[in-house]
Amino acid sequence: MHELPVTQSILKIALDHAEKANAQRITALNIVMGELSSMVDDSIQFYWEIVAKDTIAEKATLNFRRVPAELQCMTCFHKYHPTDKELVCPQCGGVGAKIIAGEEFALESIDVE
Amino acid sequence: MPTNIPVVENILNANDRLALENRTRIDAAGVFSINILASPGAGKTSLIEQTLPLLKGRLRVATIDGDIATSIDADRAAAAGAGAAIQINTGGDCHLDAVMLRGALEQLDLTQFDLLIVENVGNLVCPANFKLGTHKTVLVASVPEGDDKPYKYPGTYRGVDALVINKIDLLPYVNFRMDYFQQGVQVLNPGVTTFPLSCRTGEGLDIWVEWLVQNAKK
Ligand SMILES: Nc1nc2c(ncn2[C@@H]2O[C@H](COP(=O)(O)OP(=O)(O)OP(=O)(O)O)[C@@H](O)[C@H]2O)c(=O)[nH]1
Ligand SMILES: [Mg+2]
Ligand SMILES: [Zn+2]
Repeated sequence: MHELPVTQSILKIALDHAEKANAQRITALNIVMGELSSMVDDSIQFYWEIVAKDTIAEKATLNFRRVPAELQCMTCFHKYHPTDKELVCPQCGGVGAKIIAGEEFALESIDVE
Repeated sequence: MPTNIPVVENILNANDRLALENRTRIDAAGVFSINILASPGAGKTSLIEQTLPLLKGRLRVATIDGDIATSIDADRAAAAGAGAAIQINTGGDCHLDAVMLRGALEQLDLTQFDLLIVENVGNLVCPANFKLGTHKTVLVASVPEGDDKPYKYPGTYRGVDALVINKIDLLPYVNFRMDYFQQGVQVLNPGVTTFPLSCRTGEGLDIWVEWLVQNAKK
């Protein structure tokens, strides 16, 4: 549900950078999206068609690079992918982990002409 | 031929910047502020209702209630003795954001208060992404929701500063494995302060209230 303001925010960042580069047109947006970010790419795509209309980004494609979640056990330093049933370390059973990947939600780059 | 321009900008930056402005405003008034997150019906408003009378004469409290449409929760907070109870209707949005909080703060004379309690919209997924600028985020879990919630909503459990486990009066009636629940919590959020309590019986509320008072006096 929160993807509308988020999509507007993506558009604004892209337009600001395109303007700085004196670009005529934005052809693609490259977005990185972590598994833990709770953003839904289909909804962003859906809102994109609406918010980008009549801007220089109108025909741009959205490319999503998905990053899987990765935790690191603070007991044995094993790195693992958590599942929705198990969060404890599969190697030592330790609790207390650091999230080292999966929270990203950023616009990495744009392609312009 | 298209050229690639690196951007690398956090998409929620605009919200984060506004959250910082909110924080500056709250700090300038010397107020301690919390953002309460929970799923619908976990007991956010009940907790506020039970807490306010216990803070009477100790802290002056303002509340801000986020709700999709009604003012029921703000009315309950006002009836329980909040010095001010502001309602934010999100008009369908599943969470409060920093812009909405700024609008609510403008309706308050913060200098008249010691503690600001913000009740977020009932939802375990979205509010965690949108910082408001409050000092601490408090998650209210409740026993009937089940002991697997930390596993299903790691994003929310990992980011909170304190965890209330409400409705412990129901422990004898539902299969809630406190160990399993706590294990999930401790993996993602080692050492987080937890307050098992019941808004029905009042058990555990004194410790929670003491935590608020200690933080507000800092
Ligand atoms: N048994 C029991 N019931 C509780 C307790 N705390 C709250 N309730 C009940 O739980 C229901 C929901 O409480 P609310 O305080 O309205 O929950 P909320 O989180 O504010 O709900 P929304 O704002 O609608 O998301 C009410 O029927 C309360 O009476 C408790 O400690 N024990
Ligand atoms: Mg409520
Ligand atoms: Zn381990």
